[in-house]
Amino acid sequence: MQNVAAAPPVHIVPPVPVEEHPTATGLNNRKVLMWAFLASDCMFFGALIATYLVYRGKWTGHPVPTDVFDIPYTSVSAFALLMSSLAMVLALAAIQHGQIRRLKIWLLTTAGLGLVFIGGQIYEFTSFGHEGLTLASGTGGTTFFVLTGFHGTHVSLGIAWLLSLFVMAQRGVMHEGRSLDVEIAGLYWHFVDIVWIIIFTVVYLIPVNMAP
Amino acid sequence: MSVHAVAHAPLDHPHPGARQYIIIAVILSVVTAIEVAVYYFPPLHPILAPILIVLSAFKFSIVVMYYMHLKFDARLFSGMFLFGLSAAAFTIIMFIALFHGLVPIGAPSPAAPH
Repeated sequence: MQNVAAAPPVHIVPPVPVEEHPTATGLNNRKVLMWAFLASDCMFFGALIATYLVYRGKWTGHPVPTDVFDIPYTSVSAFALLMSSLAMVLALAAIQHGQIRRLKIWLLTTAGLGLVFIGGQIYEFTSFGHEGLTLASGTGGTTFFVLTGFHGTHVSLGIAWLLSLFVMAQRGVMHEGRSLDVEIAGLYWHFVDIVWIIIFTVVYLIPVNMAP
Repeated sequence: MSVHAVAHAPLDHPHPGARQYIIIAVILSVVTAIEVAVYYFPPLHPILAPILIVLSAFKFSIVVMYYMHLKFDARLFSGMFLFGLSAAAFTIIMFIALFHGLVPIGAPSPAAPH
């Protein structure tokens, strides 16, 4: 006698294929939206960098940002963020080849390097505060902390995004057909990196007497 | 505008592979090391700002072209990004020109009759 009720049926859920809808441009709408956002974010950071440069050399209050900079320390942070971009593209290459285990490793590496950068920024801000440079200590502190603080916020949001992708991969949701999800997150992450390339040069490396 | 049946424009070139990505990372690391080295090399200080701007522009371009794939993706993405970038650059240049005396502001108007 067969007992059909003894073993519950096993449902194997196949990966959900990602439907690509036709669009007027022939391009994926989410990717177009991300590039539009990045273009607007360019203008956002452009305004913050312009404000910093306008006040540069005419700062009020003491100390001023260039009195407290630690270039070797910030160089290491910049290097960590640069290497996180490498980890991000390796994560994209992994999912494009259906290598989910590698995807998870590179996503965690990217987020980890982002955390190294944020940890470094928190330490830097704290030490600057101890030396007297704060958001309210003068125009130098205000323009510096607003610019670098907003960049740090972008990095933090990127880390949360990467970790959410990692959790999705851990749950088996990510597959080769969803590589666009990783590519769009990657676009955001690389943008954060290129903004830091500019900030590191303009704010940290170019001395005040050489700035316009 | 007509509606196309495909969601992705065909790529002119495939995206780079892991090997190319690593080579690009090495180039970026070397350029960053040069930036920091130049900062600590006093004989180059008279031309430090132009050197650093050129090096960072190079790094910026490499990341945008290869890691963000603008070199390989649809031209529309390049156009959108360059529009935002140009607006940002224009804002920065005009603010510097206005507030650092390159453009006179607040000067008395010439010979206004009283």
